[in-house]
Amino acid sequence: MAYRYNSDLTRDDVTPREVYLNRRQIMMGSGAMLGAGLIGGAAHAQAVAQTGGAWDLTLNSLEEITTYNNFYEFGTGKDDPARYARALTTAPWEIVIDGMVDNPGTYSFDQIMEGMTVEERIYRLRCVERWSMVVPWNGFELADLLNRVGVQEGAQYVAFETAMRPEEMPGLAYPIIDWPYREGLRLDEAMHPLTILATGIYGEAMPNQNGAPIRLVVPWKYGYKSIKSIVRITLTDEQPRTAWNTYSTQEYGFYSNVNPNRDHPRWSQAEERRIGGGLFASRIPTLMFNGYEDEVASLYAGMDLNEFH
Amino acid sequence: MTDTSSIRGDGQTWVAPLNGALRRVPVWPLYVIGAAWGGWLFWLAATGGLGVEPIEALEHRYGQLSLQLLVAGLAVTPLRKLLGINLMKFRRAIGVLTFFFLLAHFLVWAVLDVQTASAIWADILKRPYVTIGMAGFLMLIPLGLTSNNWSVRKLGGAAWRKLHKLVYPAAVLGALHFVWLAKGFQIEPLIYLGIIVGLLAIRFWPALGFGRR
Ligand code: HEM
Repeated sequence: MAYRYNSDLTRDDVTPREVYLNRRQIMMGSGAMLGAGLIGGAAHAQAVAQTGGAWDLTLNSLEEITTYNNFYEFGTGKDDPARYARALTTAPWEIVIDGMVDNPGTYSFDQIMEGMTVEERIYRLRCVERWSMVVPWNGFELADLLNRVGVQEGAQYVAFETAMRPEEMPGLAYPIIDWPYREGLRLDEAMHPLTILATGIYGEAMPNQNGAPIRLVVPWKYGYKSIKSIVRITLTDEQPRTAWNTYSTQEYGFYSNVNPNRDHPRWSQAEERRIGGGLFASRIPTLMFNGYEDEVASLYAGMDLNEFH
Repeated sequence: MTDTSSIRGDGQTWVAPLNGALRRVPVWPLYVIGAAWGGWLFWLAATGGLGVEPIEALEHRYGQLSLQLLVAGLAVTPLRKLLGINLMKFRRAIGVLTFFFLLAHFLVWAVLDVQTASAIWADILKRPYVTIGMAGFLMLIPLGLTSNNWSVRKLGGAAWRKLHKLVYPAAVLGALHFVWLAKGFQIEPLIYLGIIVGLLAIRFWPALGFGRR
């Protein structure tokens, strides 16, 4: 069931694509670099402020989206993925779908895409590190895939795994977390219309550093829940082990819903900074469920969001 | 200052020429290069040269430089004692630049990153990695202020040297701050901590036989 979610804004309403793709080039091309840089940053910051802080859906440029990434398989520096991820072989690509499903098996990327409707979703992405972006994803609803493979009675969770290829991923040489990267969702979260598997950005194939060829996007959760370069999807009746939760249960909960009222033990989560505002960008208040409260709050009715963080 | 009896490595043929060459190198360019480097990084950050999140990038660059300069400053004495290489005359410049980059690190954090006074205060009190960074920074403030001949004279050599021993705990706190703020198990901060602890061990562990200084 495609098109179950619509934000009122489309890419064209927000900013013409060329402008956003080229903003930095325009900035850098003009004679007064510093002046332009400041004005560029100020203009973005102003746009964010005018239209209501984090509600603003002004798209981040492709450059911003593809040069500032957390993908520790390629290194812990924000620019490491852009530098090293090209080594990742994304075709052919296979995903094992197993566990409590009617049609388990190894599916090729093309088989996965068969019959899926790829649509554009403009979502905020809020990282646990207090920065955020707005990304025009192309993808399909995870629910559509799960329904196709047939979720069995009793399944309650979906577990995901990222590719683990030491020869292509230099970051795996370091025990930063217990590899491979794992994530998980409750079944109702996975079936929610906001939850997509994304295969592209700005209408182009997913860049490697953003999780090519296929990744999860769950916009109301901290970015690390949106696992990249998926090779396994498992339906299960037990809450799955997830990478960051295993590393530190106290710092990274299983749910990891964006919540300005519950601080990370090492920093406040009340505010964030939108990428693109330059050196003098203001912080903006973080929204409950990253601004998707109307859509998802009912999933957690009656739950203590501090305990189940 | 130069009690040559404890200096090792005098016999090595390359040390004496090196020290001779070092004697001819003036100190003032270090200040110029350091200040220019700090300004250049700021310029890069303001014009997109440090990537799309310049606040964090600048904060990190200044933080890294502070820590590297702390290591350099702590290495001066062991280098002299172990290898006979004499960098003594550069030590004050290294110290002053450490303080300069640390101040820049702190200001980027306070003014550009956190932005509001109440949040600055809350972060210092509530975030352990900021608290220990702040403790390290506070310890280095009197050192920065007394890094001039007038203060050395005023305080007297002994008191001055005692005061400047604060650099040891400050360096350890700075390294711990780095270890603490990293996400996941990361090697780099631990390497810095290891080097700093190693340099201090050389100083304080008589069993290593390098004497105290
Ligand atoms: C002896 C004093 C200090 C040293 C040696 C030091 C050094 C560093 C280093 C090496 C980094 C990491 C850079 C990177 O990840 O590449 C860092 C980050 C940071 N420091 Fe410091 N620092 C000191 C004091 C302070 C103080 C006083 C504050 C604020 C009150 C502070 C706030 C921060 C913050 C907020 C970060 C970034 C954390 C993040 O990105 O998550 N530091 N510092």
